Amino acid sequence: MTGLKLFSRRILPQLVTLAVVVGLISIMFPGFFEISIANGRLYGSPIDILNRGAPVALLAIGMTLVIATGGIDLSVGAVMAICGAMAAWGITEGYGLGLTLLMALAAGLACGLWNGLLVAVLGIQPIVATLILMVAGRGIAQLITEGAILTFNHEGLIFFGSGSLFTIPTPIIIAIVTGALVTLIVRRSALGMLIEAIGINLRASTLAGVNTRVLLIAVYMASGLCAALAGVIAAADIRGADANNAGLWLELDAILAVVIGGTSLLGGRFSLIASLIGALIIQAVNTGILLSGFPPEFNLIIKAGIILIILVLQSPTIRTMVIFLSPAPVSQADTEKQAVNQ
Amino acid sequence: MPQSDASQPLLRARGVRKIFPGTIALDGVDFSLQAGEVHALLGENGAGKSTLIKCLTGAYRRDDGDILLEGASIDPKGTLDAQAYGIGTVYQEVNLLPNLSVAENLSLGHQPTRFGMISGRRMNADAREVLAQYGLDIDVTRNLDSYSVAVQQVIAIARAVTLSGKVLILDEPTASLDSHEVKMLFDVVRSLKQRGLGIVFISHFLDQIFEISDRLTVLRNGQLVGTEVTAEIDRVKLINMMLGRELEQEVRSHGKHHAAAGEPRLSFTGFGRKGSIEPFDLSIHAGEVVGVAGLLGSGRTETAEVLFGVAQHDSGEARQDGTVLSLTNSRQAISAGFGFCPEDRKTDGVIADLTVRENIALALQAGIGWMRRIPDREQKAMANDYIRKLDIRTPDAEKPVGLLSGGNQQKVMLARWLVTNPSFLILDEPTRGIDVGAHAEIIRLIEELCAQGMSLLVISSELDELVAYSHRVIVVRDRQHVAELAGYEITTDNMVRAIAAPEREAVH
Repeated sequence: MTGLKLFSRRILPQLVTLAVVVGLISIMFPGFFEISIANGRLYGSPIDILNRGAPVALLAIGMTLVIATGGIDLSVGAVMAICGAMAAWGITEGYGLGLTLLMALAAGLACGLWNGLLVAVLGIQPIVATLILMVAGRGIAQLITEGAILTFNHEGLIFFGSGSLFTIPTPIIIAIVTGALVTLIVRRSALGMLIEAIGINLRASTLAGVNTRVLLIAVYMASGLCAALAGVIAAADIRGADANNAGLWLELDAILAVVIGGTSLLGGRFSLIASLIGALIIQAVNTGILLSGFPPEFNLIIKAGIILIILVLQSPTIRTMVIFLSPAPVSQADTEKQAVNQ
Repeated sequence: MPQSDASQPLLRARGVRKIFPGTIALDGVDFSLQAGEVHALLGENGAGKSTLIKCLTGAYRRDDGDILLEGASIDPKGTLDAQAYGIGTVYQEVNLLPNLSVAENLSLGHQPTRFGMISGRRMNADAREVLAQYGLDIDVTRNLDSYSVAVQQVIAIARAVTLSGKVLILDEPTASLDSHEVKMLFDVVRSLKQRGLGIVFISHFLDQIFEISDRLTVLRNGQLVGTEVTAEIDRVKLINMMLGRELEQEVRSHGKHHAAAGEPRLSFTGFGRKGSIEPFDLSIHAGEVVGVAGLLGSGRTETAEVLFGVAQHDSGEARQDGTVLSLTNSRQAISAGFGFCPEDRKTDGVIADLTVRENIALALQAGIGWMRRIPDREQKAMANDYIRKLDIRTPDAEKPVGLLSGGNQQKVMLARWLVTNPSFLILDEPTRGIDVGAHAEIIRLIEELCAQGMSLLVISSELDELVAYSHRVIVVRDRQHVAELAGYEITTDNMVRAIAAPEREAVH
């Protein structure tokens, strides 16, 4: 019971933010909540948000784990491009769907392994270590696609981008299943606690016998695998692999989703669900701007403005102010946090 | 100007209350400080010393009570505000900027300017002048971190006095100083006292309190026990005030005899690591406590780290019950049944943001592997069991361990290893920086574990303590094991002699 209560308190700010953003959109665009079924698939703006948000949501899952260890993975956008290219190449070369998917996912895992080795074994700072692949990754993807946009027409592969299962678009299902699976694995096993321990105090964790090296490599591999799934979805969606633009800047959206989700960039306590809600918030903002009919050149500015407001509202200073101004009894968690800060 | 007007204290706190969720940290505490006196503040960890200081300096908002400075009620909003009132604080960890020069540190925030630019020459001249008052003649243009902690401490004091100048609060200033440096610091304190400052002095070292303080105030569990004139109180009474009970008088003059029968449980031969500790031989039997004595930096901690595989040994071999043991990393050591409580609890020991329960379960969980999670119910039972057994003071097992006091954190560390049921436990300075009560409990615990058949290696700079529980004592000097004392040879005198004199090796 108390666990559930703590959990709902943890994700409350994110839920409120999402509700406010969605509320604002529905004021500006009254038809927002209309959902229809056509050709055995759901259509409508909320579905669109979920569908378009799936790649960032997938990236945010891996990113949350990496950030919880005190690291960061800048390469996920480039890894998306590599894996998308791998999938397009595999299917056009006629390797069949199963083998193609396997190759794409293996490429993601290999990228994660590379990052993990740089961070955990060579001790390179994560931001620098993953920057290498962020830069080199698009080059690798271009090598795979041989410089062109590699298009394909394989229905099986396209299904992962624009197909649907029980009327729900496939990307949504992949993101939800991955999110649920990772949450289950991380919280039902001891992985979650060990990852948090590493993020809070790496040296003390090592001295307590935690296999920090292997776990660090594992979280980067998980991030690579999530990026591979996102890359396959992105490629399947446009029926082609675009080495230059697939997943471009999405690593920043993923990091932002984790931050909005309330996980500290310093590492430690994390919540996957909150990060997923964070990804939804970002996509809701994106979609909302499009729906509201502002000229497209305003999009990035408005998005930045909205995200700034969200982060300001979540900042420690504002939180203390809210606590200070509200006559209601201060919650225990907040006072404890203050006590720690002092 | 020393004020002789005793009726009006310089700083006075009346009925200060501070409530944290689950605990009353301060319960109506009175405190008064005269000008020109050194007033010691004592109490176990968690007694409320730090909380009182933080209320006085505005770092915490007090929930009730008045603070009067020279008779006028003040309400500092924060440490800066307190500074403006004339109350300066110097903490154990010097919180200055190590990468700036001494002069810059002294003048930071109020640098002398010339035509709107910082005048480096005047800043340095000012700094030299200020430090000269403290008998410190150093190059003020060098970075702060090029000087010893003691010098940094004096510089911090100089800065605090320059900025505030009425009340100086010293929070465990001597914790990381050697005896020579303590003397230097005390000279500074005495000269400030002469100048009429009121000084609040917090320390765990009773000797130092008797040496420097005029009066002392004892807190216990957030309540005022009493304020006494230092010259009129003796050590036993003071300890009684702090603990609220008679400390067991179990001070022995020499160590215990151990019938080390049969094969040793662990034997290390020619074990060492270049540049860190010279090869040494060491064997430990079941139910035996081996103490390690030596000065800081002599190779004590290095011995522990090599044994636990933190630093890989490059010579020698280890045997457990006769079979060769591979000890190239900590995980191997742990699976061989070793446990290690490091000296620096904050950076090497506890995981501050994890709960008491998680911290206790960590080593056991790491040993089992991530796949087989210890069920919550078992973790809780385990944690509650040790909270009770070791008397860990925490509202519940779900409190982040970083919020506990040092002694309680140490007990959590011990609990973390005890749940793994180790056969060999290495404790590096298990009683450093913790209060008298927890101190006695940890010593009792060491004896209990030993009686249960555990082997222990305990590093300590408190020689009395080593005498109390060791069956054998290894003396370390200059990264070498230079002597081994056993049974009746274990006396503080013998240890001091072995640590000090290179030519007079040992007594046996």
